[in-house]
Amino acid sequence: MQHRYRNNLGLWGWLGGGRYGFDRYAYALHRLTGLGILAYFLMHIFVTGTRLNGPEAWESAMNFFDNPLFRVGEFLVYLAFLYHAVNGIRLVLVELGLLVGKPGLPSYPYSNSVIRHRPVLVGAMVITAVLVLFAGADFFFLTK
Amino acid sequence: MRESRLWFWHILSAVAILFLLGLHMGIMHMGTVLEALGLGSTHPTATAEVFARSQHLFFMITYIALLGTALFHGLYGFRSILCELSLSQSLQKAIGRLCTVAGFALFLYGTYVAVRVFQMKGV
Ligand code: HEM
Repeated sequence: MQHRYRNNLGLWGWLGGGRYGFDRYAYALHRLTGLGILAYFLMHIFVTGTRLNGPEAWESAMNFFDNPLFRVGEFLVYLAFLYHAVNGIRLVLVELGLLVGKPGLPSYPYSNSVIRHRPVLVGAMVITAVLVLFAGADFFFLTK
Repeated sequence: MRESRLWFWHILSAVAILFLLGLHMGIMHMGTVLEALGLGSTHPTATAEVFARSQHLFFMITYIALLGTALFHGLYGFRSILCELSLSQSLQKAIGRLCTVAGFALFLYGTYVAVRVFQMKGV
């Protein structure tokens, strides 16, 4: 049987377990956005289920959600999706051992895979920011 | 072995979701950009458009594929998060079972809705 380590930090370890770097907050945000999308998705299954009762039922469901509060909520879910998707592609590449550089001898100036990978993380955040700007423009200003 | 296989599917499902959800989000939220390119509409939630898409074979199939992959990816991720909290073995097992049952039940319900709406006539 494999040895199991106890997670003594519990939930606190997600966000503030020590002197975490930028990368660690990217992880916490990935987790938060994953849970947020999941919660929305589970509700979405039932909301789209109203189509079973025909167009009138769908329309009354849409009328119920047609207010500024839900519109902002919907936008937040969209932002969560954009972040989770772009950061998720980065994580898949890292998990396949890509874009983390080659291991080498520990000689000065010291480097590790996290440092070597950091420009990719910054690039992913820039791509997310550009997509967020496009999405915001479409969501709030362009859609009639 | 079983855990690493499930984890591999979690990663693989992420790649599939990227395409399926990318398509869905693009249609639903990039309407203006798509319309400018002659590819979409700016009223994607209008009743007529929703039912027109639902009765299209391509959309019915991609909706069901997205439902299955996203349920697996999301519920497996949720289970991993809970299991990281050093819960007892029996609690971990119970959470795993609950996620499996909930996932199958939601998949069956969502698939039933997609197929029934696809078959609706005259809407
Ligand atoms: C848009 C495409 C998506 C991509 C590329 C993606 C990618 C990923 C990746 C790479 C992970 C981490 C796996 C690991 O480190 O072991 C992950 C975790 C997760 N994803 Fe996604 N995902 C996507 C969509 C979704 C959707 C639609 C949901 C909800 C239904 C979701 C919910 C989660 C959850 C709850 C986790 C666990 C977070 C954690 O362990 O910290 N993801 N995703």
